[in-house]
Amino acid sequence: MSSLAPPAEQRQPTATSKADTAIRFENVEIAFEHQVLEGISFRLPYGETKILMGEAGTGKTLVLKLALGLLKPDAGRITVLGEEITQMREEDLFALRRKIGMVFQESALFDSLTVEENVAYRLMEETGRLTDEIHGRVLEALRFVELEHTVDLFPSELSGGMRRRVAIARAIITQPEVILYDSPTGGLDPVTSDTIIELIVKQRDVYGTSSLLVTSRLQDAFTMASHCFDQKQNKMVPVTDGGIRDLHTKFLMLRGGQIIFEGTAADLLRSNDPYIREYLS
Amino acid sequence: MPIFSPTEIAKDKVEAVQDYSLLAGRSLTNVFGHPRYFADTLLQADSIGVGSLPIVILTGFFTGAVLALQTSSTLQQFGSLSLTGKLVSLSMVRELGPVLTGLMVAGRNSSGMASELGSMKVTEQIDAMRAMGVDPSKKLVTPRVVASMVMLFFLSIISNLVGLTGGFVISYLLLGLDPNQYWTTAYQALRFGDVFMGLCKPVFFGFIISSIGCYYGLSAKGGTQGVGRATTQAVVAASVLILVSDFFITRLLMGIFQY
Repeated sequence: MSSLAPPAEQRQPTATSKADTAIRFENVEIAFEHQVLEGISFRLPYGETKILMGEAGTGKTLVLKLALGLLKPDAGRITVLGEEITQMREEDLFALRRKIGMVFQESALFDSLTVEENVAYRLMEETGRLTDEIHGRVLEALRFVELEHTVDLFPSELSGGMRRRVAIARAIITQPEVILYDSPTGGLDPVTSDTIIELIVKQRDVYGTSSLLVTSRLQDAFTMASHCFDQKQNKMVPVTDGGIRDLHTKFLMLRGGQIIFEGTAADLLRSNDPYIREYLS
Repeated sequence: MPIFSPTEIAKDKVEAVQDYSLLAGRSLTNVFGHPRYFADTLLQADSIGVGSLPIVILTGFFTGAVLALQTSSTLQQFGSLSLTGKLVSLSMVRELGPVLTGLMVAGRNSSGMASELGSMKVTEQIDAMRAMGVDPSKKLVTPRVVASMVMLFFLSIISNLVGLTGGFVISYLLLGLDPNQYWTTAYQALRFGDVFMGLCKPVFFGFIISSIGCYYGLSAKGGTQGVGRATTQAVVAASVLILVSDFFITRLLMGIFQY
């Protein structure tokens, strides 16, 4: 996997994204039938993972779509990789989006393409065909998610968990600076969910990619905040140094269109907010 | 039952027209920009052109045949049965060939495009494409629009030829007309304006079929039910627009060629 991305300590923002912030939301508002987001502000520094939590319908997925420029906010500013995307034209956004990976809630794999063509999609856009080099990179990305053997299969031939893993492989193949995960474990059994979370932790700890992760599963969120990836054992292990080690993982909680909490797992557990206490119980 | 505000309905309609116009405009301007998807265009040309060939041939043949059959009794009353070739030729080339080909291809391909793109839309594949930095209007819409315009042009020519052959079969076998007379009158009846009209219309119809199919597909929402709705709407809208635009194109070209 060495050619997919440099190790975390070597990973630096590119020339196009000199600022220390990968994603910044400033007073962002959006409404459809009713107001969904009411002036939310937060920043995602490089190398950090932010876990976005909240009840269903609070606009978590919307935050990801806004960050990717798939939707425009009614008010406020969104800066991604040093560029303000709020007023950016769709044509200009395409170039920026190539630096961002996205894992959709239902995987959103192209059902008429094979796993290989799905994972290679971005690279094939540049070359126009499947070259030997691209094939090699596809295998490398699929090896990362331990699905090398599915290269010739179609998405319909895979299980739900395998589809999510292919979606992760598709998101990481171009070495994105930021990855957005939309409920990557939603609807999966606990064992498969753990596999997916392990992959996300691996991506965070081995490659130091900044990420914004939406989840409704508390267990997944706390696993991410309390585990790190051990490259020697090639698996996710609990942090045993009394929490001294910074896992660069923080929590954001949305409620009623606003952010009601931002901080670490320990801060979240110490919170006296009645809603948060009820949410955690 | 909710009460709908007329203002909201009007706004929705205007917005739909605006969205369609933007998509249709972009589908054409994309031809001059990069990237260009030649492989996708060829694939669509095969699906639209070669795939529609059987229904176009069948429709064209029987339209020409029934035209000869229906008009023969009237022409016989005036002792002008020899003009059957001329009548079939003018009707097929100027009107029935392009319009019926357009309607058949609309039924087959507008629905196909709407359902394919609609399924992609409701399963977030369109968003995934945008998220990966690929413009769906360039990747999905322009190849379909270009392929439809080019293939409908050729399909109409085939339809016209097969229609004339259908008319000939009836004229020769049932009406006892001389083959040479049929083909000579059919050929001599056509002027430049007729041929131009017959070749100009399918290009417009191809544009309507594909842009409408893609628009309804890309604006589908509401799961599989929404995809089904988009498919039906695409066929209805494309068919109606073909007939309406046919009238205006005919009027315009009749003015230009001074019929």
